[in-house]
Amino acid sequence: MGPRDLKIEQFRSYPPLARKVAEQNLDALRGLPLSFLPSLLRELIEYDFKFPAERKALDDELRNLSTLSREQSREWLEGFSAITLSPRLEQFDWINSPAQFVEQLSAHLWTTHQLDAFRMAANSYADRLRAALPPAAPPVPRLGISIVGQGVTSYEGPLFRKLRPHGAYFRRISPENGLRFLLDAVSARSKAHPVPYAHWYIDGGEAAEHNPELTSISYAALEPVRGALLRRMRAEIARPGMGPEMLRTLMAQLHPADLGIARSLDPLLDRFQIKLLTEGSGTQIFSTSFAQWAAREALRRAQPLTLMVRFAARQRQKPMNELLAEGREITEPDYTGSLVDADMGAYYNWLNQQRLPGAEKSLFVAWFEGHNAALAIGPAMPRGTESDTPTDLRQLLSWMA
Amino acid sequence: MTLSSDRELSCRLATSRREFLREAAGVALGSALMRSRLAHAAGNKRKNKVIVVTFGGGARDQETFAPEGQENVPNMMRELIPRATFFTQVVNHGILGHYVATASLATGVYETINNFASLPPENPTAFEYYRKDLRRPSSDAWVVAPSNGFNRIGESNNRSYGPGLGARVILPKYLLRAAMSAGSTDYEHLLRDNYETPYYTPELAGGEFELEQLETILKLSVEDFRAHARTLSSPDELSLYIVRQLMAQMAPSLLWITMHDIDVAHAGAFSLYIEGIRRTDRLCAELWKCIESYPEYKGKTTLLVLPDFGRDADGDSGGNGFQHHRTGDTLSRTTWLMAIGPGIREGVVYDTAVDSIDLVPTLGAMLGFSPSLARGKPIAEIL
Repeated sequence: MGPRDLKIEQFRSYPPLARKVAEQNLDALRGLPLSFLPSLLRELIEYDFKFPAERKALDDELRNLSTLSREQSREWLEGFSAITLSPRLEQFDWINSPAQFVEQLSAHLWTTHQLDAFRMAANSYADRLRAALPPAAPPVPRLGISIVGQGVTSYEGPLFRKLRPHGAYFRRISPENGLRFLLDAVSARSKAHPVPYAHWYIDGGEAAEHNPELTSISYAALEPVRGALLRRMRAEIARPGMGPEMLRTLMAQLHPADLGIARSLDPLLDRFQIKLLTEGSGTQIFSTSFAQWAAREALRRAQPLTLMVRFAARQRQKPMNELLAEGREITEPDYTGSLVDADMGAYYNWLNQQRLPGAEKSLFVAWFEGHNAALAIGPAMPRGTESDTPTDLRQLLSWMA
Repeated sequence: MTLSSDRELSCRLATSRREFLREAAGVALGSALMRSRLAHAAGNKRKNKVIVVTFGGGARDQETFAPEGQENVPNMMRELIPRATFFTQVVNHGILGHYVATASLATGVYETINNFASLPPENPTAFEYYRKDLRRPSSDAWVVAPSNGFNRIGESNNRSYGPGLGARVILPKYLLRAAMSAGSTDYEHLLRDNYETPYYTPELAGGEFELEQLETILKLSVEDFRAHARTLSSPDELSLYIVRQLMAQMAPSLLWITMHDIDVAHAGAFSLYIEGIRRTDRLCAELWKCIESYPEYKGKTTLLVLPDFGRDADGDSGGNGFQHHRTGDTLSRTTWLMAIGPGIREGVVYDTAVDSIDLVPTLGAMLGFSPSLARGKPIAEIL
């Protein structure tokens, strides 16, 4: 069956909001090539669990597709129409399992050397979409904060090397009350701009006391969930015939309740956290990987106005089978390695923030927790400069505003 | 990004590597070295032995040969590159999974086999061409590889070649698992099968080098093997240990080593990725010292070192930087090749484009076999 033959009853397994959106946009969906449509359905089937920014983006995209003339539609999608699919893909249940289809499509594109053509088609489509629906600037410049090096007593190596060309490096920051100043700043922004899922605090260890209005997740709070997930993975691996693709598919289908998360007041955040663990690589075992991936996904999906990420020490590298083993002993932390991880993670947090609308006005602070080094990026911060002026993080933030 | 801009980026990467190497290692630009055809032909002797090292699990420019990466490859910079010919632009146009990419390097054809299945390459490998064309015994071509997933890399399922004509494959971690089956768990840290799918270990499918052969072939008792493994910190160190034994006992003429420690990057910890690069750099220098110290190899061995591919660029929003190699972007496809040995020009760098599948035809020209089904072309600058 091709997209042209789509009927609304085929979406009956979709959650209620997703089904409604599909119904409203059925004609537009019917006009899309099969190399493209399942990617859209993969987003649509998750509609009920998406953040407001994601829902708006999807609504806008579908509305745009609905308004394209036949000729425009052909132009927008001709790159995708030129992709040839295998009979196996054409017969796949792409309506109910769009994510699995996309996974198999990816393998097909690699195998048939069509990946470059697909990338060009995707880039061309994205460029047209951006031109047709220019992203709105945020109501206030975004602020990103990355705190690195928790627990490190001294470090002689260079820090923030990749960020320094983009901002000002401060050598004499007073560390006193540094964490409190930063949390207060995040809290103040959430009060000034009370938008759902717009102000985040991600902690790679145990979360510090913070304003409950913030959207907050922490690695420590997810410890029981991670344990349940690893036990589940071990059981699945032991099943005959299990392979990596099937395992990935099974992990992607897990729901919060499957891992012992009781129904909470925030099912969107529950689902988000599960996906960090089931779809992220290394997030189950290394807190630094978890914090960086959580920040990336929060920025990409929720497009927050404020994102504070505090990296913590990850465990020293141990063998995977030992990490997977039940009743494992607690391993010692790797403080210096975690600082190096977090330094790179801070750079990635900035890069991912800069991919969002309003990048030219965005603000970013990286701080070596408990120490004197910080890096500030923003329109008021001269690039590639260094300062020996004694100051603290509260004052630094005020200079950036 | 268009295909032409992809090519431009590849060229820029190559130029950047070249300029850096010229400054840091004092190498010369290959195009500036003119030799007459006759002089080149006179120097074109068949090589006795060739060792190929895949600098693996994929490393990026900025962590290796770009200015900010040099601190991670000090041994290659100081000891190897001044004595080597270095190609700055080796492009992999195939699938960027480690097994399938290594199989492509070994066959000279972009293979399309499932990266995570225990399958042989579909096209004949360099080992099969070598052994069949030159009537070499099985003891003369070996592969030392990191994980169970590589156990079929030695020979293809091509009907004209295939079973019995390929390389012997040693999976050191598999041997260690067998050696420790008595109950000790001291070696657990060496046994992770791979990093792309860390929770999955493919079943072996026959033909693998068994524990009992340690003693008969490598003259190494299981006890000694266990004891030495106890001193090692990584699977690639274990591989080099086995390689040394192979060189000492069998002296194969075609030896292929796949390094894999770097691929720990998939876990997302940058410091572990950098540790992997530094270790691989050290092991490459140790291997060259080993070549120089073994009479069977000294003065008659060409060492070729190349990554199977790179990793994703920081700037590609579809990826997550160094962690994976999933986007197929230019950075993840563009790597380098270092050749060192007798007859190879020393301290020379070329930024002309080389294709990953040029390796097998180059090996054919070096060792004297005809890789009739390979698609690449010999790299003239090192023949």
